[in-house]
Amino acid sequence: MKDIVIKIEGLSKAYRLGSQAERPETLVQATTALIKAPLKNLRRLRRLDTFTTDNTSDDILWALKDINLEVQSGEVIGFVGRNGAGKSTLLKILSRITDPTRGRIEIHGRVSSLLEVGTGFHPELTGRENIYMNGTILGMKKREIDEKFEQIVDFSGVSRFLDTPVKRYSSGMKVRLAFSVAAHLEPEILIIDEVLAVGDAEFQRKCLGKMQDVAGSGRTVLFVSHNMAAVQNLCSRAIALRNGELIDEGNTKEVIGRYLSSLMSSSANAFSNENTERQQSGPLRLTSGYLLNGQGSRTESLIAGESATLCFEYDSSENLDDLSLTFTIYNDTGTAITSVSTGLKNFSIRQTGTQGILSCHIPRCPLPLGEYRVAIRVASHGRALDQIGNALRFTVEDSVFFGTTKVPDRQYCTVYIDHEWNLKKTILKKHPNPQYQPHKNPS
Amino acid sequence: MLIRSRFCPKSIDRTQITPPIHHPEDPMPKYGHADTDSRKMNEPAPPHRTVIEPHTGWKLINWRELREYKDLFLFLIWRNIKVRYAQSAIGIGWAVVQPVATMIVFTIIFGRLMGVESDGAPYAVFAFVALVPWTYFSNCLTDGTASMITNAQIISKIYFPRLILPMAIIGARLVDFLIAFVILCLLLAAYRIMPTSDVLFLPLLVLIMTLSAAGLGLWLTALAIQYRDINYGMSFGVQLLMYAAPVVYPASAIPEAYRLLYALNPMVGVIEGFRAALLGTRALPWDFILIGLTTSVLMFISGVMYFRRKEHVFADVA
Repeated sequence: MKDIVIKIEGLSKAYRLGSQAERPETLVQATTALIKAPLKNLRRLRRLDTFTTDNTSDDILWALKDINLEVQSGEVIGFVGRNGAGKSTLLKILSRITDPTRGRIEIHGRVSSLLEVGTGFHPELTGRENIYMNGTILGMKKREIDEKFEQIVDFSGVSRFLDTPVKRYSSGMKVRLAFSVAAHLEPEILIIDEVLAVGDAEFQRKCLGKMQDVAGSGRTVLFVSHNMAAVQNLCSRAIALRNGELIDEGNTKEVIGRYLSSLMSSSANAFSNENTERQQSGPLRLTSGYLLNGQGSRTESLIAGESATLCFEYDSSENLDDLSLTFTIYNDTGTAITSVSTGLKNFSIRQTGTQGILSCHIPRCPLPLGEYRVAIRVASHGRALDQIGNALRFTVEDSVFFGTTKVPDRQYCTVYIDHEWNLKKTILKKHPNPQYQPHKNPS
Repeated sequence: MLIRSRFCPKSIDRTQITPPIHHPEDPMPKYGHADTDSRKMNEPAPPHRTVIEPHTGWKLINWRELREYKDLFLFLIWRNIKVRYAQSAIGIGWAVVQPVATMIVFTIIFGRLMGVESDGAPYAVFAFVALVPWTYFSNCLTDGTASMITNAQIISKIYFPRLILPMAIIGARLVDFLIAFVILCLLLAAYRIMPTSDVLFLPLLVLIMTLSAAGLGLWLTALAIQYRDINYGMSFGVQLLMYAAPVVYPASAIPEAYRLLYALNPMVGVIEGFRAALLGTRALPWDFILIGLTTSVLMFISGVMYFRRKEHVFADVA
């Protein structure tokens, strides 16, 4: 029987959203609003931190709702869920950055949290000074840092620049130095949020390796990431959150499987208001989205190498003078394959009218066989009007991409690329320079 | 090799080079609890127990926790000093320039042009003795309110006792104060003024000065993070506040009847005390000092309590 190191009971957290500003319609209203504004602002600012627990008004967002969880010593737990599901809020409460609105957590053991790499780094300080600064902010003692200093520097690989102000570092160097400090923390409980999303591929591997060491050394780790592969590799148990609620927990592989399939399968009524993956506000809303194949008929299955057209219909209560649409295609492991936006090709929409169909033609679909999900976002002047995380789903069932029916093994590919092969034969002959004797023995 | 094969689970590396390490169907046997047993079992249970609950009520300083973060406190003080004067030609010399330049301007305007009374001392020294503690006080307030906002990023990413941030400013500015104090001593020597035996009470005056700077600083810092108005009003507020302290004029210029009310500003006792001890212009004003000590202690305690009450929402409202 293992000790329970973290016990979360009935944890809830509410945030107050900025309530919508009222627009004055007359000069008199505008003037009175101007006079009343300081008082109103004061009330609004005051309310930022006061929550009456039975407050159900609609400008309150429950980022977490009644979470109960027990974590045993030595467990490595991964949290999965879409943006806004409450993962980061939970970690913030666990690391005591913010207070819960209700509920209780009991933690046994020394906690270190890494919600960001390089917290407290100051650009004017040198690498050496920042190691100490960052280390102490993370809760280390000066003596501990002294002892580990060499290791930290070695791990970061920036030893040459130790006495250079960090503002002259490249961003990669900064991240490496910061992660090295963090990697040498020795807490009993480690809380990590998305820190792997930084640095180049080689450094990410190094980080993952370090995290495996931590996980393997019997420490308790709570880990939030959108990188499903990392969660799957590191964690023994996974927890899925949605809209602040704990919806699934158990074996990592199973939870991730169910989570990903829930993302894939909930597209049926993606354009309804009940869709939990949708955030809609503003005058324009998407009413439907569909896929046309090369023959121009609606479909849910494509053929790689053939053309495809994505169509989005919208209704708008105003004639907007600026509109942009972005969609991202995810594969069945939750990896974003590519993102397409009206801005990429400087396609600008100056008049939306009150209804319309926006379509995007893809001449040669480069996606490998498999299932896909499309997330879309429309915005006007940078403000999001409608976002649907699971707007469309489709499968790619066959391929003529390479002009043959052959395709590369799925294990090695997330996208197809056009290519041509060439071979130029060069005749092997004696080197013109007689002095050049590459295979001469050193005797 | 292990790292690599883990990161790209289906790569050639694994099947060809490190096959015995893991079975493809069971990607996580090694991690998790497996090694827990190899930990020293006779290790005592972790002594740290943290309870996280919604915070209510008033609290004072948690000294045990502060001691844990002593090194952070010292590094923050050091960082504040270093960063403030980074990439500047005269560096820490700014700690001297600020009060000296103000003194020169005050001497010309108030001393020469307007002929403000200076209790018999040369106006330059009279003003400088006041400016040294006053510069400390006003810088603590402006830095303190700015500290929470410049450090908002840190506050929203990591926990440490929030009190450390404004306290580190109070500490860092003490270094400036000491430097300016050395200049003050040189100035006194130049004017051949001998301090009185009351210099023995200077530490008490410095304590009042620090407590009141910290107390008011904590109030304003806690307010500033929620109401940015404090921040915008700070620089001119501090300027106005200067006229509520005997910096450019002597306290004797205040009508007798209002003096005790006036002394509620703890800096009145501090500045007049400095003058008494260093210039000997008057006897040590114990009435001012005791009133100032009381208000500064009250300000400090209430400041800490208000700050501690508000600190839990800093990350949300910053």
